[in-house]
Amino acid sequence: MLEKIFLLLCFSSALANQLCKPDASDGYKVRISLKTALGDDAYVWNENEMFFFRSTLAFAMRTHVSGQRFEVSNIVVCNETPRVSFWFVVTSPQNLSQLIDKEHVEEAIRKSRSRINSAFLLTDNTLEFIGIHPTLAAPVEPVTPPWLIVFGVVMGAIAAGIVVYMVSTVVRKKRKKNEKTNGDDTDGETRVKTIESGRAADGVYNLSFADDERL
Amino acid sequence: MRLVLPNPGLDLRIPNHEDLDRMEKEEAGDRLKWDNKAQYILTCVGFCIGLGNVWRFPYLCQSHGGGAFLIPYLILLVLEGMPLLLLEFAIGQRLRKGSVGVWRSISPYLTGIGIASMLVSFLVALYYNTLIAWIMWYFFNSFQSPLPWTQCPLNENGTGFVPECQESSTVDYFFYRVTLNSSQSIADSGEIQWAIVVCLLAAWTVVAICCIRGISTTGKAVYVTAILPYIVLGIFLVRGLSLKGALSGLKFLFTPDVDELINPTTWLDAGAQVFYSFGLAWGGLISFSSYNPVHNNCEQDAVILSVVTGLTSVYAATVTYSIIGFRATEKYDNCISGNIVTLLNAFDLSEDNITTTNYEDTLNHLNSVYPNVVQGLDIKECDMQKLLSEGVEGTGLAFIVFTEAITKMPGSPIWSVLFFLMLFCLGLSTLFGNIEGVVVPLKDLNVFPKKWPHEVVTGITCAVAFVICLLFAQQSGLYWVTVFDTFAGSVPLLTVGLFEMVAIVYVYGIDRFNEDIVFMIGHKPNIFWQVTWRVVSPLIVLVILIFYLVTIAQKELRYLVWDYNSEEFPSLASVPFPSWINAVIFLLAGVPSITLPVYALCRLVFVYCKKRSEK
Repeated sequence: MLEKIFLLLCFSSALANQLCKPDASDGYKVRISLKTALGDDAYVWNENEMFFFRSTLAFAMRTHVSGQRFEVSNIVVCNETPRVSFWFVVTSPQNLSQLIDKEHVEEAIRKSRSRINSAFLLTDNTLEFIGIHPTLAAPVEPVTPPWLIVFGVVMGAIAAGIVVYMVSTVVRKKRKKNEKTNGDDTDGETRVKTIESGRAADGVYNLSFADDERL
Repeated sequence: MRLVLPNPGLDLRIPNHEDLDRMEKEEAGDRLKWDNKAQYILTCVGFCIGLGNVWRFPYLCQSHGGGAFLIPYLILLVLEGMPLLLLEFAIGQRLRKGSVGVWRSISPYLTGIGIASMLVSFLVALYYNTLIAWIMWYFFNSFQSPLPWTQCPLNENGTGFVPECQESSTVDYFFYRVTLNSSQSIADSGEIQWAIVVCLLAAWTVVAICCIRGISTTGKAVYVTAILPYIVLGIFLVRGLSLKGALSGLKFLFTPDVDELINPTTWLDAGAQVFYSFGLAWGGLISFSSYNPVHNNCEQDAVILSVVTGLTSVYAATVTYSIIGFRATEKYDNCISGNIVTLLNAFDLSEDNITTTNYEDTLNHLNSVYPNVVQGLDIKECDMQKLLSEGVEGTGLAFIVFTEAITKMPGSPIWSVLFFLMLFCLGLSTLFGNIEGVVVPLKDLNVFPKKWPHEVVTGITCAVAFVICLLFAQQSGLYWVTVFDTFAGSVPLLTVGLFEMVAIVYVYGIDRFNEDIVFMIGHKPNIFWQVTWRVVSPLIVLVILIFYLVTIAQKELRYLVWDYNSEEFPSLASVPFPSWINAVIFLLAGVPSITLPVYALCRLVFVYCKKRSEK
């Protein structure tokens, strides 16, 4: 009895080893960069972490492949390296020698990607499934383009400037008119100079001619 | 050299010294005045310190031998810039007119100089304000976090980015595609980009409002536009020096390479930079100094302005290169990290195995043991020198390199807002001088009826300029700006500057000019000024002009385009100009340069015909 169980275990592990190998057609390579993601707070990758990873994958498969109860033993891992990278394949719960298709595995992982990432405190870049491209987050685009708002503010300020200018022109004109009606016309004609009596001058430089000269 | 060309009637055209004193006392004439000396100095400083000080001088400095470039720059500043500066200040203050008025007073045949100045000022104002419109667009877009040039848009199925963005960079994509939507050649005009039109409208409205009453409004505006850049540069200096890698940028900038001093191009570039950065021959400085009191010490002003310009150029270069050093160091570190990850992934080594310190040794070891594998990997060449010298001139510096550096600083939106506000102020204060150099000659030439007030003339000028600027709002706008930048503001200015010096020294008369200066400031300009005015400065400008003409005539005219399909993408591809560009170049560079001889000739003919008809 014991021998039979022993034989079965050997057989299944041998089978599992055969199923999981690098560049397996239905397998994926995983690469984990703990130091890059967590720096000094990085945890050590050991057997327990690997167990956790396999159970996470089993969870993903259970959730998204309907009807089948995947166990941790259905996730077969091989070829671990110090990089922390390894290959895995997923066996069917009913038939241990049969692998689940690549597409189903990919779909399951894609849908649970954020759960898997957060379970390990990692991101899409630091927990890589080679061959499964992460869906990138769309760039944040607010409803009203912000530049339009700032432009509106600036143009409003310019419009205020124009209004101030027009008002000041009107005010200046009114003030000039008041001065004209109140006092003599002293500052109007600056072009024509008159020779005042008592001034010993041969002639006065006539500004109006200078400005009018065209040629 | 007492050579003076005959110039009859000069005394009738200009006020003599007694008239000047009397006009000053009685405040006669409706000419505007500066509220105080500070406004005048700030306006001139703002006019001289422009975008070129931030994005042209640092590049020249670094590419022509670093710290050694300061030697030709400072020498030519003193020998070429200062004398021309005093010349323009003194003649404007003496004759109390804008550029057309001044040259017309000296001799009616010389009016062409003033007209050429006006044309150059106008053409330069067109493309300069387009640059300001782009700066405003970036300014408007800086009020969000994350900044829009940090993200690429996604492609259709959402698994990657748009290929154009993926292969170049987010900042390149934002500038060339999102902002400008540039086409692939200057001939391919494409559609009008409405965002740019809107920004152009904003830019021209701001300029019109600030210049609406001449110096009484610009004089108030310069308190902000001339002082703010210095404050922002100071903030950036403090921030920049505290960033990692700033010192490598500064070392790169200032490391002197004395061999460059033997290269004539260095001296010619230094001379050209001095000439353009001082805003000489645009007519704006003559106009500004004509509003001064008659006895203002213009010699002191010229020296102060030269010193301020020189110091500001070095200051701006320091800030620029500390930021460039930071960016290059970031990119270098990222490059090395990327290579390390590639190696770790290929050989499945533990993450601690390769660090930045042992990267070189490990790479060599792996290359020697597994050469095939390593060659097959995509190990990038991380070259710090190359990173420090890429894209560091012109629009590339402001809109690509700096924006990228800003995204890596904590608190990016604030730095972006500050940076583009500074560029906006720098550009705007230069434009004040430009518009002054266009509007005042238009009034002197009586292009508009005399009754029309200054405000209307300014408004119409700005409106017409806005309509012409729509040329730059097309998809080929970037290439048109390049054409204008290369041709409108180079040869004509040198020609006008040369004519100015010759006119004052040999037509107005250097003796008369010296007497005027004695009258205005109380002492005769010393031997330094005499020598430079008569011989040294005209010679320098002539040499630079000949060099420019020879260079442009010799080489095939090419320009850089943003072409996704070219082989050099994401670098800009160098493409020859279409043949009709020669007509455009003639319009931009040729017409202002030949205005003086053509006008003089026309006037000769006209006077001769009038004499004939009177007989």
